[in-house]
Amino acid sequence: MRFETIKDLEEYRQGLLASAPDIPHVWVCAGPGCLANGSMEIYEGFMKYADEHDLKADIDLKAEATGCQGFCERGPLVTVRLSKDANEIFYQRVRPKDVPEIIEKTILGGNVVDRLLYRDQATKSKIASTSAIPFYSHQKKIVLRNCGQINPLSLDEALAADAYAGLAKALSMEPAEVIAVVKDSGLRGRGGGGFPTGVKWESAAVVDAPQKYVVVNGDEGDPGAFMDRAVMEGDPHTMLEGLAIGGYAIGATRGLIYVRNEYPIAVDHLRIAIEQAHECGLLGKNILGSGFDFEIEIVRGGGAFVCGESTSLMTSIEGRAGVPRVKYIRSTEKGLWEGPTVLNNVESWANIPQILLNGAEWFKSMGTENNSGTKVFSLVGKVKNSGLVEVPMGVTLREMIYEIGGGVLNDREFKAVQTGGPSGGCLPASELDRPVDFDQLKAAGSMMGSGGMIVMDDHTCMVNVAQYFVDFLVEESCGKCTPCREGLKAMQTLLHGLTSGTAKPGDCAMLKEIAEHVRDTALCGLGKTAANPVLATMNWFPEEYEEHEKEGFCRGGVCSGLYALEIDPDLCTGCTLCERVCPAGAVSGEKKKPHTIDKHACVTCGSCIDACRFKAIKVVRRSE
Amino acid sequence: MRQIIEGYPKEPRYLLATLQDIQEHHKYLSVESMKMVAEYLGVPESRVFSVATFYKALSLVPQGKKVIKVCNGTACHLRGAPKLVEALEKELGIKNGETTEDGFFTIQTVNCVGACAMAPVVMVNDRVYGKVTISQIPEIIEEERKDAV
Repeated sequence: MRFETIKDLEEYRQGLLASAPDIPHVWVCAGPGCLANGSMEIYEGFMKYADEHDLKADIDLKAEATGCQGFCERGPLVTVRLSKDANEIFYQRVRPKDVPEIIEKTILGGNVVDRLLYRDQATKSKIASTSAIPFYSHQKKIVLRNCGQINPLSLDEALAADAYAGLAKALSMEPAEVIAVVKDSGLRGRGGGGFPTGVKWESAAVVDAPQKYVVVNGDEGDPGAFMDRAVMEGDPHTMLEGLAIGGYAIGATRGLIYVRNEYPIAVDHLRIAIEQAHECGLLGKNILGSGFDFEIEIVRGGGAFVCGESTSLMTSIEGRAGVPRVKYIRSTEKGLWEGPTVLNNVESWANIPQILLNGAEWFKSMGTENNSGTKVFSLVGKVKNSGLVEVPMGVTLREMIYEIGGGVLNDREFKAVQTGGPSGGCLPASELDRPVDFDQLKAAGSMMGSGGMIVMDDHTCMVNVAQYFVDFLVEESCGKCTPCREGLKAMQTLLHGLTSGTAKPGDCAMLKEIAEHVRDTALCGLGKTAANPVLATMNWFPEEYEEHEKEGFCRGGVCSGLYALEIDPDLCTGCTLCERVCPAGAVSGEKKKPHTIDKHACVTCGSCIDACRFKAIKVVRRSE
Repeated sequence: MRQIIEGYPKEPRYLLATLQDIQEHHKYLSVESMKMVAEYLGVPESRVFSVATFYKALSLVPQGKKVIKVCNGTACHLRGAPKLVEALEKELGIKNGETTEDGFFTIQTVNCVGACAMAPVVMVNDRVYGKVTISQIPEIIEEERKDAV
């Protein structure tokens, strides 16, 4: 099969849609979370059962392993749809032994398996249909629309879900018109900076050069973020399509996808998708008869956080140690191999096909002013419903954490939410009603970043959080410029002093001064924002810094040796959970009676705090 | 070794990719292998060393049969990853980054494996353990040791 023209492609797509049999469909999530929970065994269970019971694939039922369905907390996930018009039935925490029952009761019998349904905590009722579950009902999916809905290894399924329709439309337009649509849409770079994508494209398009490049930044290095992984693994064709549209718009014939070393499945899926697209003429020479040639290759990253910075990433593609350069010449004029280069992150590229297909106005109808469209977040940390969520820009932090996320884990008290990875900051409870978009987060001293959203409860020490990011950045600093290399080291020493109880008076003031210098003088974007975790936590949680410096006390109950633990006898029910998790055997007591902690035996690991469901474990100052 | 190296065109840009393939098959980069790569791609040995020591995915010392990667991404950190590292260090009698004398285990911390909903996560080679607790550590080591033997 080879599509010579746009008409060929559209006819084939229509044929696919018309001939699709109306049979029960099973989607087994094979995203990172579910995979780790053994979802492949479940998928194989479906195939095996079908085989042994003379059920024919594609006639009696269709079972598929898909990309991330988002609700990782409840994995492994299995979604079943009995017919085209029926609601999807959402099964959670499925085990391989549940497979026969799902087939017999649901697929063959038409009834739901009650015990596998999601139980809503607020209403205490079971919910069968995916779209009625609060975690999903508040979402709006553009980037993730195919993730979890299609088999990422099947081109036909991607085509049936409109893949390459955006490219076909772009190819029937002038390149300048394509850029105009992207510009009008107001799409801003989803990698974190929020630079207008269309403007970036335009500045590369106007440069006259023999070879230009379009590049995908798939080096998702922010800890606590896995949005891009989900897209590359779960919907690779969208990635290729977006890139091809960009190539056509700016006049580049070559595209490169730089994928993080830790994501081997993403590399496999992209590689297969590239081969498929090539075979049928959606990549290569004279795409769809338009005269446009375009090739895509994959470059594996080497595991360096700084390579998420655009100039470092290009240096890395060239086969060198990935260090940044000063951007007095923009990459859109001279980037990769000295050619004009447009580099956007995975999520930005994934928006492109839909923008072309549905138009700028459609995209602008979502989100807030100057922040159109949606944003994907990985909602993780101390939150009940961990997972991947895509929401229109402008949704409040409260809605994200409490409505979609279901609130703080174990109903503990909310302390802060961290956004923007090591370049971002933490926002306290007083900021929960702030709408989430590029400008709002920046105004509050944090940043959007690539979309990690990490919820923290009262058993979190903000000084420790700052130290965590600084430790990370010291390790990852490329060492080229002095402020980042030396400044971070100095900050690290001061922070470790604070968290180990050896800080001297004035250390916090010194820490702040160094942090501000790093912010003002570092070379690249990552260096300039490297002080953010410290400055933001100091701004919102000054009392914690003060307690660490002056009293050697950690109210979060995290910094070893800087606190003691007590059990509140009024709250303790004697459930013995804390006793069971204590690695030091420091907790004792009779069943159903209040327990006590032996302070001399306690190693202050904090395991009991997380285990207790009754908030009975109290962090107190050490008594001398 | 030669097969891996010559699988790529003789262009300096394939330096990182070549070293990654060698790392994958031989678990580390020997001095000889780096010299061979330098000669084949026509780049100075210093540049090979620069790249080999810059990227985390590459190692100049042999790794254990089982590489235990404790994820220390933000979500895992908050849910107790540092305590897991301590427990592993105690269990195996080595420090983070080291390999046991019998060559079975290496402990590493990595920055986010992208399975944050399962935090804290420990990966042993390609096997993922989610929501790991300190008390599970001895069992995990026991199981992996049996497998390694």
